[in-house]
Amino acid sequence: MKELVVISGKGGTGKTSVVAAFASLAKRAVLADCDVDAADLHLVLEPEVLQRHDFIGGKKARIDSDQCMSCGRCQAVCRFKASSMTGPGNDLVSKTYRIDPLACEGCGVCVGVCPVSAVALEPTTAGEWFVSHTRYGPMVHARLGVAADNSGKLVSTVRTAASDLAKQHGLGLVIVDGPPGIGCPVIASLTGASLAVVVTEPTLSGLHDLERVAELTRHFGIPTLVCVNKWDINPDLTERIERQSEAMGLKLAGRLRYDGAVTAAQILKQTVIEHSALGVSEDMTKFWATVSAALEVEKQ
Amino acid sequence: MKIAIASGKGGTGKTTIATNLGYVAAAQGRSTVYLDCDVEEPNGHIFLKPTVDEERPITRPVPQVDASLCNGCGACGKACQFSAIVCIGDQPLLFPKLCHSCGGCMRTCPTGALSETPREIGTLRIGRSGLLGFIEGRLNVGEAMSPPAIRAVKAAAPVADLTIIDAPPGTSCPVIESVRGCDMVLLVTEPTPFGLNDLGLAVEMVSAMKLPMRVVINRAGRDGKTRDFCDRNGIRILAEIPDVRSVAEAYSRGALIAELSPTYRGGMECLLDALGQGVAR
Amino acid sequence: MRIAVTAQGTDREAQVDPRFGRAKYFVVVDTESGQLEVVDNDVNLNAVQGAGIQAAQKVAGLRADAVLTGNVGPKAFTALQAGKVTVYVGVVGTVREALEKFQAGQLKQATTASVEGHWL
Repeated sequence: MKELVVISGKGGTGKTSVVAAFASLAKRAVLADCDVDAADLHLVLEPEVLQRHDFIGGKKARIDSDQCMSCGRCQAVCRFKASSMTGPGNDLVSKTYRIDPLACEGCGVCVGVCPVSAVALEPTTAGEWFVSHTRYGPMVHARLGVAADNSGKLVSTVRTAASDLAKQHGLGLVIVDGPPGIGCPVIASLTGASLAVVVTEPTLSGLHDLERVAELTRHFGIPTLVCVNKWDINPDLTERIERQSEAMGLKLAGRLRYDGAVTAAQILKQTVIEHSALGVSEDMTKFWATVSAALEVEKQ
Repeated sequence: MKIAIASGKGGTGKTTIATNLGYVAAAQGRSTVYLDCDVEEPNGHIFLKPTVDEERPITRPVPQVDASLCNGCGACGKACQFSAIVCIGDQPLLFPKLCHSCGGCMRTCPTGALSETPREIGTLRIGRSGLLGFIEGRLNVGEAMSPPAIRAVKAAAPVADLTIIDAPPGTSCPVIESVRGCDMVLLVTEPTPFGLNDLGLAVEMVSAMKLPMRVVINRAGRDGKTRDFCDRNGIRILAEIPDVRSVAEAYSRGALIAELSPTYRGGMECLLDALGQGVAR
Repeated sequence: MRIAVTAQGTDREAQVDPRFGRAKYFVVVDTESGQLEVVDNDVNLNAVQGAGIQAAQKVAGLRADAVLTGNVGPKAFTALQAGKVTVYVGVVGTVREALEKFQAGQLKQATTASVEGHWL
């Protein structure tokens, strides 16, 4: 069972459009949307949800305002400025302390110092994840709760479920729509993957961010391919990115031209492959051929 | 005034807007500083080409054990919620990358065997781009947690008339850390189905933080769905930047569009005024 | 010797659980007395981070001399080493079969983690 992860470093380079096109071309893969902060793949693949699961995030501290004496010790020890005197009053005091769940990191130090045991660490529901059916096969996707954290764990949950599904259905490939950046959700998407494909754009920002994400895949020993999307916006920079990629030991997987069909397809909830046979679809098809050949190599 | 430039979707134009706004505000004589809080992939420097006056490591405190004082009681391991310090065998075992720097383990140690030591997670660069103050945080590749580096950028910021925070894409903890404490959030979006979907998520996030927000539509075209969404939710659209190849081309080269084109400079100045009015009310 | 086996069920006929940190159960067998102890690992199924480390602590706390499992990540491996628990990975079959292979000397001791960790 192989896992292909599509990442970018820089956001907005076209990962999701590429993954949707790959879904059309691969036909026998499980799709995993690991961009849990800002998931978009479902907008094109229109999954029919079969299972829904709560995502239990990290613990957060919560103050029982009936017990709080407003001594302020929790605020004094909190290194994350999560505690403030903004809670409702009770029989003893006119204002109590309250923990801001957006700032709380669940360290529990406040729990230890409270003289009246008014604070407790509680698990939180930080989102949900789904196992669904799409016209291209099974899909696992998620929605991180509003302003929640622990996206790394949710990404891992989605990936694990996708691998399990692949085994269940006898499918040999999981295609992961990865998040932007290089932090914890990206790391969670990459560890143990068979192949990483970086979709970049011909801009200085794209080049800069590609270098950082490629350093990350090298750190994890994951073979990496590079593709320049909208390459014709700046052919010189495209060349420069390709030279730099080769110098970094990355293989080139192709170029995708700028094509209005990408947005047009998105609006119609189609993959570009479904939308038209020409233009960027031709480029995507060649790109997929290179990627699947590389995956075969990884099998050996 | 502190303005955060954020978006749900990546690549909508946050850095374009943040750097150009900073450039224009500083040129008007306002004391302005630009903070690049996209510590995973900081790009502001490409456009602002700053002179860096100071570069220093970003560190966070992690525990260290004085073996001669440790009595093997295991209290530190029990206290740690993150498995960054665990007691297996006679000495505590440390996993510094998991540490949230909460200080909890040290509080529980009965013998004073634990103390804190700084662990480097990234680099801070402080400088200027012409009259514009510039601070960039850059997370080391392989580090998982951005928020401490983002906090370091904000802590290093001087007092200024206008602080512009260039936030990372998304809606989770790095963005929240960047946006917290600002007077207003400017959400940059694009009129595509993905852009609109992610704008909805970003609006939910900013609402949860109870901060005022405005929208800029980048690569604007005929599609009216984004405008309808903003109208329905009572969010003011302060500017629409058309989808013009010259802007894309300038961006690809790392140029500041406000420097190249008087039209764009004027547009940025209007946006600046529109933002100033929003907060002064 | 006390041998811990990650398991999907609570007896010798249960399948070995290929996961270590988030294994369903640890079945600990004392090879001298033949006694079996089963510990559930529920608390780590939902752990946000450090499941492998906590599982290692649990196994060391159970005074296991060795652990038989599918895969162990780098942090869990370091923690098991600190707890002086020898690690055997790539183990499949039932708990009974795993123990038999171990006693027959058919299992090879792991010198490093067999997989990358999950995210940190």
